[in-house]
Amino acid sequence: MRYGSINAAVLTIAATCAVAMQAEVPSAIAIKDAHVVTVSGADLPRGTVLLRDGLIEEVGVNIAVPADAWVIDGSGLTVYPGFIDALSTWGIPSGAPQASANRPTGGAPTTPAPAAQTQPEPRAHGPEDRPQTYSFERAADLVNPSESRIEAARAAGFTTSATFPNRGIFEGLGAMIDLAGTRGRDMVVVQPVGQQIVFRLGPSGFGRTFPTSLMGNIAYVRQLFLDLNQYRQAKQIYDAHPGGNRRPEYDHDLEGLAESPRILLPADEAQQIDRMLSFGQELKVPFVVYGMHEAYRRIDELKQAGVPVLVSLKWPEKPKNADPAEQQDYRQLEMQTQAPAVPGMLAKAGVKFAFYSDGVDNAADLKKAVKKAIDAGISRADAIKALTLNAAEIYGAGDRLGSIEKGKIANLVMTKGEAFEDKTTVEYVFIDGKEFEPSKDLQKEPANRGEPKQPAISGDRGAN
Amino acid sequence: MRRLAAFSLIAVATALAASSQSILIRNATVLTVTKGSIQNGSVLIENGKIAAIGKNVSAPADATVVDATGRYLMPGIIDCHSHTAIEGGINEGSVSDSSMVNIKDVINPYDINIYRALAGGLTVSNVLHGSANAIGGQTVVIKLRWGKTAQEMLFDGAKPGIKFALGENPKRQGYPQESFFTQGQVVERRYPGTRMGVEEVIRESFTEAKNYQAEWKDYENRVERGEHPIPPRKDLRLDPLVEVLEGKRYVHAHCYRADEILMLLRVANEMGFKIRTLQHVLEGYKVAKEIAAHGAGASTFSDWWSYKIEAYDATPYNAAIMARKGVVVSLNSDSDELQRHLNLEAAKVMRYGGLSETEALAMVTINPAKQLGIDETVGSIEVGKSADLVLFDKHPLDNFSKVEKVWIDGHQYFDREKDLETRPAFEQKKKALEEKLKPAAQRPARGQGGSNPTAEAIQ
Repeated sequence: MRYGSINAAVLTIAATCAVAMQAEVPSAIAIKDAHVVTVSGADLPRGTVLLRDGLIEEVGVNIAVPADAWVIDGSGLTVYPGFIDALSTWGIPSGAPQASANRPTGGAPTTPAPAAQTQPEPRAHGPEDRPQTYSFERAADLVNPSESRIEAARAAGFTTSATFPNRGIFEGLGAMIDLAGTRGRDMVVVQPVGQQIVFRLGPSGFGRTFPTSLMGNIAYVRQLFLDLNQYRQAKQIYDAHPGGNRRPEYDHDLEGLAESPRILLPADEAQQIDRMLSFGQELKVPFVVYGMHEAYRRIDELKQAGVPVLVSLKWPEKPKNADPAEQQDYRQLEMQTQAPAVPGMLAKAGVKFAFYSDGVDNAADLKKAVKKAIDAGISRADAIKALTLNAAEIYGAGDRLGSIEKGKIANLVMTKGEAFEDKTTVEYVFIDGKEFEPSKDLQKEPANRGEPKQPAISGDRGAN
Repeated sequence: MRRLAAFSLIAVATALAASSQSILIRNATVLTVTKGSIQNGSVLIENGKIAAIGKNVSAPADATVVDATGRYLMPGIIDCHSHTAIEGGINEGSVSDSSMVNIKDVINPYDINIYRALAGGLTVSNVLHGSANAIGGQTVVIKLRWGKTAQEMLFDGAKPGIKFALGENPKRQGYPQESFFTQGQVVERRYPGTRMGVEEVIRESFTEAKNYQAEWKDYENRVERGEHPIPPRKDLRLDPLVEVLEGKRYVHAHCYRADEILMLLRVANEMGFKIRTLQHVLEGYKVAKEIAAHGAGASTFSDWWSYKIEAYDATPYNAAIMARKGVVVSLNSDSDELQRHLNLEAAKVMRYGGLSETEALAMVTINPAKQLGIDETVGSIEVGKSADLVLFDKHPLDNFSKVEKVWIDGHQYFDREKDLETRPAFEQKKKALEEKLKPAAQRPARGQGGSNPTAEAIQ
């Protein structure tokens, strides 16, 4: 009962032009007899999911398939809510404004995207010059459905990402986007969902532009939040008492910051987690911490803080170009062995967390990265939840995304085999109720594909 | 409490500041520094404090007894000038006045140099911003509670400081440079380029700070009068300078030449604040009287100079001369290496300047404590003070002496024997991790570089 002929045609086209193609759109699709992992409720070993007009119309066991629905035989397949990358640059083309190429990012967990050569910023002489501040930039205005990494993401079963602009210390306003659409605006589900903060370290601390050090970055972030408080207070007082007061100046940067429903703070190592938990509390804004590779030392503290956590899927490894004579210290070795166990420990402790791609852009690597966490102790169900409902809830989109429930956006992924197993393939991806053919070629290891091997992305991961 | 029970770092990290257990250190030569020495003396530690000192000290039956026969017990060593345990750069050198940055924000409690310093008897460090700019960042005093978090290492009650720097380092930024630091690019100059400019930066910043202070006072007055003024902008750069003016924050000023030392004292007098310590202060011997008159302390090197032009006119008698002229003098490390043997630095002032043993030891204990305003609780072995103690196998001023045990607040943070004992097990654990990672990195390890003895090693 597959509408196989359409798929075959699509495959041919997809193979030739490598652009995601979308099947002809039926108004309703019924997925029958599939193993349905709803995430929010019980698994249905043989269930039906009915999609109509971009939404999940019905999910259950004994559901009548309407006459107008196209039917997909799901036997032998598993349906999950579409996976969500909880901190991403997917959808923002590399031609969009990026961090200045001559300013190395020493920032800890960053999401590296190809840097485009742009004019360096004028030299900042202090916080007043608002260095590297793009708090007003909107991912929603930058995303493009033809961005090159989207197809690979879909091939890995991702339908959605919390995408953030990628330059500066205050990176701008992120958006929850669907990884498909005709125009950028079709992709946006919720925006703004937050403000990502990245610490950018300059060379050595001598000369150049403020800030160069980690403490300079922290001081700057702290100052901008003080400025925001003052700005709000000034506006309030002025509105109440315009006579005798000078009018507060409109401030583009602070308006962007004011609009951020939450901030994302980088914290990879244990002391960075301590630092950012107390910094976030000091700033008195809702916050999320991201990175978390050494969180195995701070599970209790994270639980106690009650702060949502984003775990990078770029597991730490020995640097590729390391001096062979150089020995790694105990802590580095421990981090390389223990980091993949973090998700399991967070799940066990009941800390709300989600995964993010952190520059892992190809489908085979994404699958392996999640598998590594499963092998290190997280249950598949918890891993799936982290990749779906948790991610949606962290950004306040749990009412429309992240589970297979009546009324939610019809973002689904169907696999043959359980998700993230070596032999498993992604067979169907639905975004806003439309089917996308996940590229089988992109699901293979880069070396086994019919295309030149891509260079590894080397994220500059300095001290944060 | 934390997950991996196997990693005993955790065991240290969860125990809180003071150990409630009683410890009796018996039969040592107790070098109290402030109250003379006691042969065959004992020290009783209770609740993290020194409870009794003397020849005959009675201890509760359940006290842990440390037999220190033939050993020497001295107060924990204090370093008034350190850059250890700072993460992400010790300088915010991009601006002439970086007083908005704070070392407290970036303490890295996992820095192995903390543990290595402990192994040399160091218990307290004044962690300073670098000297790239005339007014550097805010500084913090820590206790080397290895295994604890950054927050738990802070010296409770120690007054915060701010770093100043005079001379070559801050003015070097004024040269257009193409160097290692700038990755081959010629970068725009940063003011100042002269010693005059350094002076001007300090005067300018404090002028601004006074205006800022006045602006806030004016605002508060207007609020009190029932008006509705818009508050001034809170400025993280000027706040600490106002604290300096109000005596709530110490100034630690890096300096070398006599003329610039006098310049700084004049500017401080003019602006109405005090210099708490002059750091390095190699030409201090020339202006010791003026330093003493201002009430500034001097924290210098024992015998290190000639590493740059402004450090040539120096003498190892500097510390002794300043001390004799009434200046409170300490010897500092400014180095991850030197901080491990400050006791030997102290010994040098006996050779150069003929100071007594006690005067020498004071320069790495009670004197830096006085300079940091923490001499009420640390810096000597006195009843009621924190039990920050170091047990040496020989006299600490002996070149061949080694640290055997170190206590901070009565909690033992270093034990030489245990460290050596646990090294093989630690190596095993490390090997096991390496084995686990083998498929990822197949190449055989070359060289036998020393591994880092971490807290795992001492537990």
